[in-house]
Amino acid sequence: MKIAATFRTAGRALLRNKLRSLLTALGIIIGVGAVIAMTSIGAGAKSQVESQIASLGDNVIIVISGSTTRSGINTGWGSAGTLTVEDADAILREAQGVAAVSKGVRKPMRIAAGNQNWFTTVQGESPSYFDVRKWPFSFGEGFTERDVIAAAKVCVVGNTIAKQIFGSAEAALGQTMRVKNVPFTIVGVLVAKGNNFMGQDQDDVVIMPYTSAMKRISGDKKLRLITIKAENTESLAIAQQQIAGVLRERHGIRPGQDDDFTVRSQEDIAQAATATTKVMTILLAAIASVSLLVGGIGIMNIMLVSVTERTREIGLRLAIGAHGRDVLMQFLIEAATISLLGGIVGILLGVGISQLLSARFDWPTLISPASIVIAFLFSGAVGVFFGFYPARKAAALDPIDALRHE
Amino acid sequence: MKPIIELSDLHKVYRSDGADVHAVRGVSLSINAGEFVAVMGASGSGKSTLMNIIGCLDRPTGGTYNLDGIDVARLSKDELADIRNRKVGFVFQGFHLLARTTALENVELPLLYSKPEISARQQRERAMEVLKQVGLQDREDHRPNQLSGGQQQRVAIARALVNRPTLILADEPTGNLDSRTSVEIMGLFQQLNDHGITIVMVTHEADIAAYTKRNVVMFDGTVLSDRPVEKRLHADVELARLIAFQKAELSPSLAVTP
Repeated sequence: MKIAATFRTAGRALLRNKLRSLLTALGIIIGVGAVIAMTSIGAGAKSQVESQIASLGDNVIIVISGSTTRSGINTGWGSAGTLTVEDADAILREAQGVAAVSKGVRKPMRIAAGNQNWFTTVQGESPSYFDVRKWPFSFGEGFTERDVIAAAKVCVVGNTIAKQIFGSAEAALGQTMRVKNVPFTIVGVLVAKGNNFMGQDQDDVVIMPYTSAMKRISGDKKLRLITIKAENTESLAIAQQQIAGVLRERHGIRPGQDDDFTVRSQEDIAQAATATTKVMTILLAAIASVSLLVGGIGIMNIMLVSVTERTREIGLRLAIGAHGRDVLMQFLIEAATISLLGGIVGILLGVGISQLLSARFDWPTLISPASIVIAFLFSGAVGVFFGFYPARKAAALDPIDALRHE
Repeated sequence: MKPIIELSDLHKVYRSDGADVHAVRGVSLSINAGEFVAVMGASGSGKSTLMNIIGCLDRPTGGTYNLDGIDVARLSKDELADIRNRKVGFVFQGFHLLARTTALENVELPLLYSKPEISARQQRERAMEVLKQVGLQDREDHRPNQLSGGQQQRVAIARALVNRPTLILADEPTGNLDSRTSVEIMGLFQQLNDHGITIVMVTHEADIAAYTKRNVVMFDGTVLSDRPVEKRLHADVELARLIAFQKAELSPSLAVTP
């Protein structure tokens, strides 16, 4: 029997029971729609994390004071201060593969300008920090080595601070801001970077020379962290080892003893963060797949009903010369048609849902062409798989019994 | 002349609920081309089983059956399906037309399963041709629910004819029809038979069997009698008589109306 004729027969059979076909397809529509929407949420979260990790800079290594060997990512940025300014200088001097080093201190602090005030993080860094983090200025420029030596009362503000206190990035430039009652002049406003992978606003920050932060604000003698830029991707691993070696030697840590610092490369952070989103994606897809499975069972159910209802028709077809295979194909194609049409509508639904989530709730979603192709093929496979048993049942009917069926 | 159907010592034993049912016990029968045979008998006489075997829907458990020179007793399921498609045209009691499908498409149905495949245009042409033969040339777009019982049976006959079979097998073809339509259908069969088509039909009505040329009566799985029809009825004559009779019945009421 010709394929075109089989498709025509299948189409006619489906149109005969429009509501029933629609409801059966609905199972697949919801299943495929859910899979598409869920994987788009997972993929969106993954790409967001990836871009946030990329916003750290290129080939960045972070050394944090204190050991965090027990968990993957350290969230308490540097507990006990064990890193010194000299450590950072030694890393730049002695460790291979290191291109730049920025000495970092952190202090949560209330800042004020005019009648506005704001609670934020004051960050002390070296002038190289903006290069290491690949963080350009929208207005003004960074502080200099001379400012570091002088512990100058200058600072750079993030986009959030500029907007919150001065109304706009442009207005913030050149203004004076009080930090712990010390007036600081704003010499640069940074380009907005958005949230980091832990959901913190990276633009809610005041960055000043580390000397100014240590002497004028926090009174700290030690560094909280050192941000390092490796020469290139290949030297990242070597640089990481070298940095650890330099620090162990300087801190007098004997072999077998735990480090009193943690070295993390951007890659380590990326792996830990994407692992989480990967698990989330798999979980979401698995839940959505269950609804696709239920849709498939719906197809099987309705095809069994259909075979029973059309027993006489099957008997007739067999009597006038149809082979079992012809009947099998007819019912398989019918099941596949339902599920493929359901799949197409489901893809549209899934794309619509993920667009809606992006537009209305600002969720990051990403629909890959591959997921659409896979969903389409999978819906066809569901039809064939769940349609097979009813179709085989139809094909195995005895024409005499089938013709006599009431 | 070589017979189209040649049954010799045919047996069919069913196993149902552990007990053997001997439905056909030793039937020998030969039917030549151009014959018009009625197989008669009470229910349980084995006539339906015999017809199923003749129609290649079922296989005998003993004896031989030659259909148009082919020994069909040993053919596989698919080979039997091909034989049914090529050599046998079925007409069923309940018409067995596909609902919501036009007369034309119903008639084309056996051609869908023909090997080698027939082009869609040719299928249409052949279906139109046989619809014309049964007098339904202007009804090809009608669906079964738009046709009368007699017309539906004509579509079914056209479907049986469309693959130019060696044999038409009709199972109680007038069972669902009123007397006048029954005569019309028998007239169509007689007409087809006059054109050389071999017809075997099952019926339990003696007056319907009288339109055929030969009556085979089955009893308890064997042939009780097998003889030519002596006073053969001719459908056109009977139809004219029937119409005259119906008019006569109606005339008093016609007379009342001014």
